Amino acid sequence: MNIIVCVKQTPDTAATLAVVDGKASWGNAPLVLNPWDEYAVEQALVTKEAEGGQVTALCLGPETAEEALKQALAMGCDEAVLIQDPAFESADSLVASRVLAAAIKKLESVDLAFFGKAAVDTDLGVTGPQVARRLGWPSLNLVAAISELDATAKTITVERLLEEGRQVVSGPLPAVVSVVKEINEPRYPSFMGIRKASKAEIPRWSAADIGLDGEIHPALTWPEILVPEKGGDEVEFIEGGDPAEIAGKLADRLIEEKVI
Amino acid sequence: MIIVYIDHFDGRAIPASWETLGVGESLAEAIGSDTKAVVLGTGVEAIAQEALDFGAGEALLADEPMFEDFRPEVYAEALTQIVKDNDPEIVLFPTTSRSRELAGMLAVDLDTGLSPDIVDYELDGTVIVATRPIYAGKLLIKEINQAKRPQVLTTRSRAFPTPEKGAAAAGAVTRVELELGEPVTEVHGYKESAGGVTLADAAVIVSGGRGTSNNPALEPPAEITDEKEQEIWRAQQGFKLIGELAMVLGAAVGASRAAVDAGYIPYSNQVGQTGKVVSPDLYIACGISGAIQHLAGMRTAKTIVAINKDSDAPIFKLARFGVVGDLYDIVPALTEALGEKLGKG
Ligand SMILES: Cc1cc2nc3c(=O)[nH]c(=O)nc-3n(C[C@H](O)[C@H](O)[C@H](O)COP(=O)(O)OP(=O)(O)OC[C@H]3O[C@@H](n4cnc5c(N)ncnc54)[C@H](O)[C@@H]3O)c2cc1C
Ligand SMILES: Nc1ncnc2c1ncn2[C@@H]1O[C@H](COP(=O)(O)O)[C@@H](O)[C@H]1O
Repeated sequence: MNIIVCVKQTPDTAATLAVVDGKASWGNAPLVLNPWDEYAVEQALVTKEAEGGQVTALCLGPETAEEALKQALAMGCDEAVLIQDPAFESADSLVASRVLAAAIKKLESVDLAFFGKAAVDTDLGVTGPQVARRLGWPSLNLVAAISELDATAKTITVERLLEEGRQVVSGPLPAVVSVVKEINEPRYPSFMGIRKASKAEIPRWSAADIGLDGEIHPALTWPEILVPEKGGDEVEFIEGGDPAEIAGKLADRLIEEKVI
Repeated sequence: MIIVYIDHFDGRAIPASWETLGVGESLAEAIGSDTKAVVLGTGVEAIAQEALDFGAGEALLADEPMFEDFRPEVYAEALTQIVKDNDPEIVLFPTTSRSRELAGMLAVDLDTGLSPDIVDYELDGTVIVATRPIYAGKLLIKEINQAKRPQVLTTRSRAFPTPEKGAAAAGAVTRVELELGEPVTEVHGYKESAGGVTLADAAVIVSGGRGTSNNPALEPPAEITDEKEQEIWRAQQGFKLIGELAMVLGAAVGASRAAVDAGYIPYSNQVGQTGKVVSPDLYIACGISGAIQHLAGMRTAKTIVAINKDSDAPIFKLARFGVVGDLYDIVPALTEALGEKLGKG
């Protein structure tokens, strides 16, 4: 099977965020492979191990994002491509989905493209479905399990984790599969994997390479980034002689403040 | 015109849809326009009617066997046709798993921008300046779609008020005819449909963390000999107390990732960066330290109460009310006190 996994680089989730010169800043916090995408990489690898074939990791991002692709290679991906062009710098989801769809088309005869649930920086959670729509492939979003994959008949059955339960859906390949964390437990890169990845030459693709020269127009602009206002008040500790007294006081305060 | 997509499941509208409709009505009033609610499904005429009760100017209904269950490619094709026929200035969705995906596809079909999960907005003429959380709510970003139309947005659950149900619904339900291609996916049904109050819609959430397993006084039944199993059993006694408090408050039960990873409670209850993002009126955190990834999922709660043994736990920095104590003492006492005071004891 020819398998793609789309990965993004994001600041570590433990980073403290601030606004510096009108831009988001995460200080010295490390940049990592988007945590949700670890599950996508793992699922791509598990699928390859079961069905044979190869896994290519794709990333649209700045030069630093090479590290995220190296992480994907270290986990076991066979190839990686960094898509980079000044034209893509202020990409919104409209542009990102267009770029990723064009890159997937260029790779030809792809069977499955895996995505994470969302990028933890922009919190959009739409890129997988948008790429699927552009390619005209089934969008299997929020997948918590792949219950059947038939490489010969070219069909897939999955369980999608919706608010109300798991929706069981099947469709033809090629398909876009966006995964949630229930689907697997991502592996750690092996020592060998890390060594291989550190030596890997990661090719760069420009807008022209994927046939998108001169026709990229984001829809969105971002006039301002803000730090949310703090919850305001200091914590009010409720004290008392015994649990019943404390609980009684807390209940009274909640009722007084019209919280309940 | 403003189109509002009404999400539903099992014959009932998702309550957040009405909040979204309320946003549509406010916008319509401000820009001198009207709202049309769109309902796609099978046997969903009552939902279209309800949209009128909630103030929609008109309800566009496509009631077809092919909409029996949500399939994104089918719903997107239908919605794109409806939007093209109506040429709205704005299309709004509630932020649910289904609608977020649908909004993304609509934006692709119409080659326009999408702002998912907005929590606030201002108007600049007819241009929406939307505010949405990024970096798991650690920052807010203002976002504008100046260049393309329609403006497509999804509104976060409970970030906007539910409109009053009006007595005099003036609008009418209009049935729309659509010509759709063959669907490519097939839905086979649902597994483990969740009961109870869903986290996203809950006005009150009571959550438990690793602290639920910390009650050495509890003696597990003799047949549970495995240490890990004993820990889970203890935690489940803690979650039982949390469940009882939730019951008195009509609340949903949440959990930290530590509690989920340790097998105390299913993932569907997890709140946080890699779980659900919630904005209830009241969030009661019991035995949760307040790691940044947990706060990412609940920091927008209106009032936070923390119950924790450790007065230095970071959760107290965000909390409005705090109790330094053992959840095994405080939670049942609070259940009792609230039961009495709220007349449910
Ligand atoms: C990429 C990534 C994503 C993550 N996503 C999430 C997420 O979505 N949600 C999430 O919650 N976490 C997430 N985490 C994990 C997070 O960092 C914390 O490990 C986790 O939230 C800790 O859970 P906890 O507060 O229950 O446990 P702990 O941090 O162990 O805290 C337990 C608390 O209980 C208190 N306590 C103990 N006994 C009692 C008692 N008897 N009565 C009262 N208090 C007691 C202790 O004082 C302590 O403060 C993520 C981490 C990473 C790296
Ligand atoms: N710049 C990017 N490069 C590669 N993949 C991406 C990029 N942005 C988003 N994705 C993929 O799309 C998923 C959803 O991201 P988003 O819609 O941005 O929240 C991520 O988990 C990735 O799998």
